[in-house]
Amino acid sequence: MDETRVPILVDIDIVAARQNGRALAAQLGFSQTDSTLIATAISELARNIILYAKQGEIIMKPLNHSERCGIVVVAHDDGPGILDVARAMQMGYSTSGSLGLGLPGVNRLMDEFAIDSRPGSGTTVTVKKWRR
Amino acid sequence: MQVPILKQGPYLIASIQSALSDADLMQLRDALVRKVSTFRSRGVIVDVTVLDVMDSFASRTLNDLVHMIRLRGADTVIVGIQPEVAFAMVQLGLTMEGVATALDLEEGLEFLDQKLKHKGTGPRDG
Repeated sequence: MDETRVPILVDIDIVAARQNGRALAAQLGFSQTDSTLIATAISELARNIILYAKQGEIIMKPLNHSERCGIVVVAHDDGPGILDVARAMQMGYSTSGSLGLGLPGVNRLMDEFAIDSRPGSGTTVTVKKWRR
Repeated sequence: MQVPILKQGPYLIASIQSALSDADLMQLRDALVRKVSTFRSRGVIVDVTVLDVMDSFASRTLNDLVHMIRLRGADTVIVGIQPEVAFAMVQLGLTMEGVATALDLEEGLEFLDQKLKHKGTGPRDG
């Protein structure tokens, strides 16, 4: 299976991204609950792109290792980046007036979480979930 | 995608029919707050059975809607949150404190009937 790329430019793209993610998760044999967690995580990541970077993309693809398989979701933008990543990972931190649950929440929904962001050079969040 | 809002006696019922964008959700919030005044409604039911994702934005918008309508003197109940959606919401820390919820439309109507009975026909306490 190939990767799916969804450009995130307007709010309706958030819906398209999470629907694509759910479809891929279901195809990969994830349970309905796990597919919902994946779709919800994608929704949060896509919204962060709209809120903080205006545009970017969500890339999803299957993970196939010898002993387990899963899904990887990459949210990438060339926006302003995050000044203090450690602080952004704490509950309640937000510069856009939102609840600030985004990143810590996504971390809880998925199995693996990595973020690469520097001021002025965009943000890439990579999350993975393994099939149980 | 506009959400149909039905008037049934003293209540308004909004049944979401498909996935909603952020703009759709805000439009639903504003339309319900407006219609509560227009129809002098005493209660509102928002049926979210078809929503397969409730992220932080959707939860916050529904939470705002409930509190705005309460300030207008009416009660709101959210019905039909699916089990796996509830699971994801709790993982995200979205517990919707202070928002009335019910299993389905029938229980939502029952909840509003009880509320209305307690309030009687006197002034609104919102």
